[in-house]
Amino acid sequence: MSLAAERATDPSNPPGGSGRNLRLTALTKEFSTFTAVRSLDLEIPAGTFFALLGPSGCGKTTTLRMVAGLDLPTSGTIHLGDDEITYAKPYRRPVNTVFQNYALFPHLDIHENVAFGLRRRKVKDVDKQVQEMLELVELESQAKKKPPQMSGGQQQRVALARALINRPEVLLLDEPLGALDLKLRRGMQIEIKRIQTEVGLTFVHVTHDQEEAMTMADTIAVMNAGVIEQMGSPTELYENPRTTFVANFLGQSNLIPGTVSSADGDVVRVDMHGTQVSIPADRAHVTSGNGWVGIRPEKVLVAAEGEPLDAPGNHMSGGVVTDVSFVGVSTQYLVRMPWGQELMAFEQNTGRRAFLTAGTKVDVSWRPEFAFLLPASQDVNAGAIEEA
Amino acid sequence: MRRGRLTGYWLMLPAGLWLAVFFVIPFYSLLATSLYDPEGSVLTGYDVGYRFANFVDVLQEFWRPLLRSLTYAGIATLICLVLGYLLAYAIAFKAGRWRTLLLVLVIAPFFTSFLIRTLSWKLILADDGFIVDALQTLHLMGENDRLLATPVAVIAGLVYNFLPFMVLPLYASLEKIDGRLVEAAGDLYASPSRGFLKVTLPLSMPGVVAGTLLTFIPAAGDYINAQLLGSTNQRMVGNVIQDLFTDTGDYAAAGALSVLLMVVIVAMVMVYIRKAGTEELL
Repeated sequence: MSLAAERATDPSNPPGGSGRNLRLTALTKEFSTFTAVRSLDLEIPAGTFFALLGPSGCGKTTTLRMVAGLDLPTSGTIHLGDDEITYAKPYRRPVNTVFQNYALFPHLDIHENVAFGLRRRKVKDVDKQVQEMLELVELESQAKKKPPQMSGGQQQRVALARALINRPEVLLLDEPLGALDLKLRRGMQIEIKRIQTEVGLTFVHVTHDQEEAMTMADTIAVMNAGVIEQMGSPTELYENPRTTFVANFLGQSNLIPGTVSSADGDVVRVDMHGTQVSIPADRAHVTSGNGWVGIRPEKVLVAAEGEPLDAPGNHMSGGVVTDVSFVGVSTQYLVRMPWGQELMAFEQNTGRRAFLTAGTKVDVSWRPEFAFLLPASQDVNAGAIEEA
Repeated sequence: MRRGRLTGYWLMLPAGLWLAVFFVIPFYSLLATSLYDPEGSVLTGYDVGYRFANFVDVLQEFWRPLLRSLTYAGIATLICLVLGYLLAYAIAFKAGRWRTLLLVLVIAPFFTSFLIRTLSWKLILADDGFIVDALQTLHLMGENDRLLATPVAVIAGLVYNFLPFMVLPLYASLEKIDGRLVEAAGDLYASPSRGFLKVTLPLSMPGVVAGTLLTFIPAAGDYINAQLLGSTNQRMVGNVIQDLFTDTGDYAAAGALSVLLMVVIVAMVMVYIRKAGTEELL
């Protein structure tokens, strides 16, 4: 370890606020039977809320554990700013973790759980800081309780406070909301986001819940089979996915097979079962041969045959409504197209017109700037998850 | 509802009977014996009485073996705690797939009789045995020093015989500790040794308390180790009680000494558990 790294990881010099980027370079973790993380390159800017999103087994938790120092990489490096921490002991890195299932110390009360990190570093004024931290997570009245006496949501906040009080340069959250019920989870998402904005630390959040990642994170990296498929802001990933995995894992997508017929300037034209559709060049992630034309269900417009459609450009007729599900805020249609594929179309219940009924012949259209073109190399169902 | 309440009492009956036959009646009998008039004998019979002076008498006469028992048992328990903790920790956290085998090995000595195992220690520690030979060759022991018939031999015997009673409860409580808690301690700036002191050790306290009690209580009443590995200078209170019952036939004194030992141990255990802060064990 270099001298600089030793200084950086000296626990007597409490970090926080110094704002250094976390950089993973060619990070690889091999277990005896499989490779969990495959040459991962990632730079997480200081002060951001970053989410590693992916299905279970994609390597996201392994990545987190390597940053925390709980697992050592097979190869590659981890840097905080200019200091390498790849092999630094976990108790010597300015990194703290909110563990899945919290891992609170059952023999210590809430106050002592939160004070644990400060006491190990022999910080002064521990009690006052703990008091303030418990106020931040709104648990000041529970300080004398033991963890098993608290609800899941309260334990979650204790775990957050226990990590946060150390003002780590990077706070790691390993599926922190996985054990909470849906309603509590939504509340905690907003709460954690609020706290992150308030303290301004770098948060790295590992989750398999795309909605959670989209709600909380500034930047999301979608991980699949040990590599990052795509990285960007939630809107970027949702509106312009680059692979079928991302298109399916974040929300739902209609993916229609097509062949590129021409690519000139800023528009790519695709032949899709005889219909020509155009896609902006910056949304076309393949420029020749076969691909998947993707369109989000809420961008698909449906109207009874012959009725006017307000989206010029990509227009297809001959569809038949096969299923109508009313879900309150929207109505979800399944429309069978002439080539046999069923497309999803979600329509806001604005009340502008009557619902279409199953069996109705319809025309379908979408605005070209909402479509995207994905490489055919990945399976059309990659990343699709069964709805709970 | 009323039937339900009665069912509970019926279900308690077997346990109640068991306690009455195997604990309350024998204990009452022992208590009564301890208050007999010591003027009687096995042949002439005893006068049933309330002679509380028996306790003062036996305490005056036998305080040395009583104190020796508590000291030997205390030292043996401490040694067992250190050895047993290391062993239980290694089995619980480091043994991997060897865990079951090692646990079986801890219990394996029980397949041989307690007496035979203690007798073999007599051979191991004998004056012409290899341990004494080796220590004499290394000049760690003088030519005429012995191991047998010394406190060392008796305490070694106690440690050997009661170690499994320490290891098993320690293992049970260590094995339950969630490894993530230790990881969390490391993540929160605790070095491995601090993490052990602040997390693993406190969480294993129920095992420590159970193990020390299971070791100390039988060790304090043991007489086989002192008899086989010690001399008259290492007589423990168990040896005295045995002599009083079987050789001297002084039932009153034997009973009084037994009750006294019991009272002392219970008092010590109460103080210990209060101090160790695990009242939930009681």
